[in-house]
Amino acid sequence: MVLFPLYSASIKELLKKIKTGIAHFLSHLDYFGVCSEPVIKDNVVVVYEVLEEMLDNGFPLATESNILKELIKPPTILRTVVNTITGSTNVGDQLPTGQLSVVPWRRTGVKYTNNEAYFDVIEEIDAIIDKSGSTITAEIQGVIDACVKLTGMPDLTLSFMNPRLLDDVSFHPCVRFKRWESERILSFIPPDGNFRLLSYHVSAQNLVAIPVYVKHSISFRDSSSLGRFEITVGPKQTMGKTIEGVMVTSQMPKGVLNMSLAPSQGTHTFDPVTKMLSWDVGKINPQKLPSLKGTMSLQAGASKPDENPTINLQFKIQQLAISGLKVNRLDMYGEKYKPFKGIKYMTKAGKFQVRT
Amino acid sequence: MTDSKYFTTTKKGEIFELKAELNSDKKEKKKEAVKKVIASMTVGKDVSALFPDVVNCMQTDNLELKKLVYLYLMNYAKSQPDMAIMAVNTFVKDCEDPNPLIRALAVRTMGCIRVDKITEYLCEPLRKCLKDEDPYVRKTAAVCVAKLHDINAQLVEDQGFLDTLKDLISDSNPMVVANAVAALSEIAESHPSSNLLDLNPQSINKLLTALNECTEWGQIFILDCLANYTPKDDREAQSICERVTPRLSHANSAVVLSAVKVLMKFMEMLSKDLDYYGTLLKKLAPPLVTLLSAEPELQYVALRNINLIVQKRPEILKHEMKVFFVKYNDPIYVKLEKLDIMIRLASQANIAQVLAELKEYATEVDVDFVRKAVRAIGRCAIKVEQSAERCVSTLLDLIQTKVNYVVQEAIVVIKDIFRKYPNKYESVIATLCENLDSLDEPEARAAMIWIVGEYAERIDNADELLESFLEGFHDESTQVQLQLLTAIVKLFLKKPTETQELVQQVLSLATQDSDNPDLRDRGYIYWRLLSTDPVAAKEVVLAEKPLISEETDLIEPTLLDELICYIGTLASVYHKPPSAFVEGGRGVVHKSLPPRTASSESTESPETAPAGAPSGEQPDVIPTQGDLLGDLLNLDLGPPVGGPPLTTSSVQMGAVDLLGGGLDSLIGGPNFVAPPAATVPPNLGTSMGSGLSDLFDLTSGVGTLSGSYVAPKAVWLPAMKAKGLEISGTFTRQVGSISMDLQLTNKALQVMTDFAIQFNRNSFGLAPAAPLQVHAPLSPNQTVEISLPLNTVGSVMKMEPLNNLQVAVKNNIDVFYFSTLYPLHILFVEDGKMDRQMFLATWKDIPNENEAQFQIRDCSLNAEAVSSRLQSSNIFTVAKRNVEGQDMLYQSLKLTNGIWVLAELRIQPGNPSFTLSLKCRAPEVSQHVYQAYETILKN
Repeated sequence: MVLFPLYSASIKELLKKIKTGIAHFLSHLDYFGVCSEPVIKDNVVVVYEVLEEMLDNGFPLATESNILKELIKPPTILRTVVNTITGSTNVGDQLPTGQLSVVPWRRTGVKYTNNEAYFDVIEEIDAIIDKSGSTITAEIQGVIDACVKLTGMPDLTLSFMNPRLLDDVSFHPCVRFKRWESERILSFIPPDGNFRLLSYHVSAQNLVAIPVYVKHSISFRDSSSLGRFEITVGPKQTMGKTIEGVMVTSQMPKGVLNMSLAPSQGTHTFDPVTKMLSWDVGKINPQKLPSLKGTMSLQAGASKPDENPTINLQFKIQQLAISGLKVNRLDMYGEKYKPFKGIKYMTKAGKFQVRT
Repeated sequence: MTDSKYFTTTKKGEIFELKAELNSDKKEKKKEAVKKVIASMTVGKDVSALFPDVVNCMQTDNLELKKLVYLYLMNYAKSQPDMAIMAVNTFVKDCEDPNPLIRALAVRTMGCIRVDKITEYLCEPLRKCLKDEDPYVRKTAAVCVAKLHDINAQLVEDQGFLDTLKDLISDSNPMVVANAVAALSEIAESHPSSNLLDLNPQSINKLLTALNECTEWGQIFILDCLANYTPKDDREAQSICERVTPRLSHANSAVVLSAVKVLMKFMEMLSKDLDYYGTLLKKLAPPLVTLLSAEPELQYVALRNINLIVQKRPEILKHEMKVFFVKYNDPIYVKLEKLDIMIRLASQANIAQVLAELKEYATEVDVDFVRKAVRAIGRCAIKVEQSAERCVSTLLDLIQTKVNYVVQEAIVVIKDIFRKYPNKYESVIATLCENLDSLDEPEARAAMIWIVGEYAERIDNADELLESFLEGFHDESTQVQLQLLTAIVKLFLKKPTETQELVQQVLSLATQDSDNPDLRDRGYIYWRLLSTDPVAAKEVVLAEKPLISEETDLIEPTLLDELICYIGTLASVYHKPPSAFVEGGRGVVHKSLPPRTASSESTESPETAPAGAPSGEQPDVIPTQGDLLGDLLNLDLGPPVGGPPLTTSSVQMGAVDLLGGGLDSLIGGPNFVAPPAATVPPNLGTSMGSGLSDLFDLTSGVGTLSGSYVAPKAVWLPAMKAKGLEISGTFTRQVGSISMDLQLTNKALQVMTDFAIQFNRNSFGLAPAAPLQVHAPLSPNQTVEISLPLNTVGSVMKMEPLNNLQVAVKNNIDVFYFSTLYPLHILFVEDGKMDRQMFLATWKDIPNENEAQFQIRDCSLNAEAVSSRLQSSNIFTVAKRNVEGQDMLYQSLKLTNGIWVLAELRIQPGNPSFTLSLKCRAPEVSQHVYQAYETILKN
C-alpha cells in the first residue's frame, strides 16, 4: 500500500473516521462501543473488511458509516448465529445503493413505523475570565446534532429566527450550500439515523453572554503556613433558566499541602498528590448562592507560590442556546406522512476558565 | 463465537493440521481454516507453505472467504511468484462476475499483487474494468492503474491506460472523476516531467463540477489537483476561487485546508484593488478560526498552517487575535504555537491586550511556556515601537517576582530592547543589577555582562560587578567568557584609570590560561589593539552598533511561497519542503506560487503608455506582460545623452560605460544598447568587432546580394504615430548574421537625436547585437539607413504569433513602440543540411500528428530551380526522387535555436501547385516555415 506521504490534516481526520467507523461497527456487539485490543481481536475479519473498503492504495474512499454498514453488515449476536447455521456471511452481496448516487449519504428503501426527526442545538462556551471578572475572550462552538428516522427520501428544510448569527458554519455534505448562501435556509436530504447537521462558531467579536460568575478570594500569606480560600458561584445572564451540573475544578500550586474547606452545598475533594481541587456544586439556587470556604495549609517556611490557580468551570443550562439561536420551523417535502418533530436546546461550558 | 480464538492455537504441527482442514470438503471447516491462517499471518507467523491450499479455496461464492484468500494472496504472492500465477485465472474470471462487488474486489486485489509475471495477464481484465458499466468498478479500476504504474510504469504507458485514465476525468460519476484525479496526481508525482494532468479551462470546469458532488476525500483529491493549476489570468483565477469558496464550510478540516491552499495560491494572481480580493480575505478568516475548535492534534496542524498564512497575508487574521489566547490546559505544543502567532499578529491596535495576556502567561506553571512568554514580551517591544515602554515596565514587574527563570529570561530580552532602542531605558539598569546573583544560566549571565559593559560609565560599581564574575572565569561557558572579555575591555576604554589591573587580568586569563581558540584570538586582538593604538581600539570596540531588526524568525520568502503550496500537508507542519523529509525517488516537484499576471494591468497598458504607443491597429501584438511594460517604459527614465563628444578610440565603450551607470541599472535588460555620442566618427565603430564592419557593407548592398531573400522595406512605424519619426525596415540574413535594416525618416520640424532601440523578449531570443548607430542628428526631412546587427542570445518568451517582435525606439522626443513580424527564414542556419540516414530516422521518429501539409500555388519553377533557390535561403535538399512522374524533394533546415524542420516537397511537372509536408518536433513553427517557403519561392 502506498501511503499518503504528505497529507497531515487528512491523516488526522482519517484516523478519526477509521476509529469511529470501526467503533461504530463494534458497538453493535459491544455495548460500550469501546475500541480496545480484545474487541478488535474478536472481530478481526470485520475490521479488515471495513478497512479495505475505507482505503485503497492509501487513498481514503468511503468513510460514511451508513455506506459501510451496507457494504459490510455489522456483526450482531443474532447474525452470527444465523451465519453459523446458514453459512452466509457479513458481507453484503448487493452494492449499496447510496454509494454512487447523488445522495451518497442515504440509502434507499428506508422504512419506519414511527417517523421522527429530532434536532439538538448544543452550544459550548469557551471563555477566559480575568481576575476582576471581565471577559478576556469568549466564543461559542455550536452544533446541531440530528436524529432523523424518516421513511423514504424526505427533503427537509430548517429555517432560523436569526440566521445572521451563523456566519461561520461547516455543514454536513447533505446541506445544499447554494440555498444557504441565497436564502439562509438549511435544505437537505438527511442521512438515516444520527448525524451532525452543522457546526458553527460565534466568534469573539460578537458579544457573548456569560451565564455565570465566580467570586474568589485566594490568599497565600507569606508568614504563616495557612492560606485563606473562598469562592462563590452565581448566575449572571441566564435568561431566566437554571444552571445545573455545576462543577468547579482547580489545580492548586505545589506549595499547598492540604485544604480544609466547607461547601454550602454539594461535595468537594482535594487530592494532595495531584493538588487537584474539585467541587461538585449541582444546581445554582439564585436565592442562596453556593460557596466553598476554608483554609489551605501551606508548606512551612517555603515562599509564597508564584502562580495563581486557574478555576475551571463546568455547567449546563437546559432549553437555552446562549448565542440566541432559535429554529423557526422545520418542513418536510417529498414524502406524504407527518413526522414527529422536536428541537432541544442546551448550553454547556466548554473550556471555561476563570483566572485568579 | 469470536475471531479471537484463531489467535490462540499455538500447537506444534499446526501447519499440517491447517493443510488438512483447508482441503476439507466442508465449507464451514474450510472457512475456519482460512481464518486461522490469516490470524497466524497477521501475528507474523510464516504460513507461506500453505500457499497452494489457500489458493485452492479461492474459487468460492462466499464473498467473505474470497476476501480472506485475496488478503493472503497479497501478502505472499511476492514470495511465491510462480504459484501466484495459479491465481490469475480466478482473477480474470472474477473480473467478469455479474456482481460488481466481486469485479471490484478482483481488480483491487490484482493491483496489490506486486509480481511482474502476473501484471501482464492483468492488463486485459483491467482494461475491461476501466470501461465497466458500474461506477463502483470503474473507480476501483482507476486506482488500480496507479498501483500498476508503481509496479511497472512502462507497461501502463504501453497499454494506453494513462489515456483511459484521462478519459475518466470526464466520467459522469463524480467519485470516478475523483479517483481518476487521485491516480493521475500520484502518477504525475513520480514522473514530474510527464505532462499527465494537462489541465485546461475545460477540464478544470469538469473538476469543479465534480467537486460539488463527490465525497469529502474526493474533494481533497480534486482541490489538491486544482492547486497545481495556473490560471491564465486573474479573471479565471477569480472564477475558480468563487467556486472553491463553498468548500471552506466543509466539516472535514482536510477539505477546508485544501480549499484554503487553492485560494491562497490563486489570490496571488488577484489584484489587491479588486473588491473580490477583500471579500476573499474576509471569507478565509472564519474557517481558519473554526479549525481551532477541533481536538488538540488537529489544532496544532491548523496552527502550523495558520502560522504560514499569517506570515504570507497577515491581513486575513488581524482581527482574530483573541482566538489565539492560550487556555491554561492547552497542551504545551498548542500553547507555544499560539504564542508565536500572537506575536506575528501583534500590532499597535491590539498590543495592550497582547501584553496583558503575555503577563498572565508569565505567571503560569509550565517553565518552557513561561520563558517563551517572557521572550514574547521582548519581541513585542521590538516589533511595536509604541509599546516598548509598556513592555519594559511589564518586564520590570516580572523581575520583581524574583522567580528565577523569569528574571533570567527578562534580562535576556531587555538586552535586545537596549539594542533596538539605545539610550532610552537605561534607568532600569539598577533594578537589573540587583538580580545579578540569581543568574545561573549562561545566556542570562552573558546578557547581564553585556549590559554592564555597554553602560559601564553609568554604573558606579561596574568594575566591582565585572570583577566578581572574573573570579570563576574558568568555570563559565564560552559565551560568558567572551562577553566578559569584551565587557572589561569596554570598561577599560571608558574608565582607563581605575581598571588597568582588571583588564590585564582578563587578557592574561583569556590568552594564557584558556584552551579556547576563539577566546584566545579575541584576547590577542584586544591586547594588540590596546597596546598599539588605544584611540583606534576605542573606535573599534565602542563603535556604534547597528540596530537589530524586528522580526528575525520569519521564514525566508521563497520557502514561504513554496510552503504555501503545501498547505494541509506534512510540509506545512514541519515548515520544511517535502524534499527535505520525503525519502526515495518519488519525484518531488518544487512548487511555486503563480506569478501575478493581472489582465487588468495589461488592458490598461495602452493608456499608461506614452502617446506614441501603438493603439488600435495591431491589438494582437500589444504587450501583454506587465513586466515587459515596465521594461519598455523605463526607457523614459534614461538620462538624456548628448554631452561633449568623446575623442578617444574607445568611444564606443566609453559611451556604454557612461550610460551603464544610468541606463543599464534602470533598465536592467542586457538587450538595451545605448546610442553613441552623437559626433563619433563612423569608423570608430569598428572597435566593437567584426560584426559591425559587415554591417556597413551591408547597408549599401541590401537587396542585390545573393543571400537569402530579403523582403522590401515596409513601414513599421508611421510618422503620425511617432511624433514625426517614420521607421520602415526589413530583415536580412547574410553569411550567418541576421540584421534588421532600418530606414529612419524625420518628418517632424525639429532635429532628432539620441536614438536607442530595445526589443521585448521574443520567441527566438532576437536581440540587437550592437547599439543603434545614428551618426548625426537627424534633421527635418532627412532619411538615414541603418543596419542593426542582431543575435539570438536574448531572453526567450513565446509570442503570439510566433514571429512577433515588439520593439521600442527612443529618441530625444519620446519613446515609441511598434511591433513587426519577421520572416522565419532569417533564422535558418547555414549548417541545416541533414544527413540522409539521419533524415530518414528523424522523419520516422517524429509522430505523424506533428505533420502539417500545405499547398504552394502558382509557382512555375521546376525542381532544380526550386532547390537552388531554397538553398540560398538555407533550406537544403537532402534527397530527390522521382515517383510516378512527380519530383519529390526531401529537405531539411535548422533554426537558430536548434529546432530541425523536415520537409517533403512534391512537384508535379505542369502543375503550378506544390504540396509541402512539414514535420517538426515543435509543430507550431510549421505554419511559419510554410510562409517562408511561399515568400522565397514566389519572389
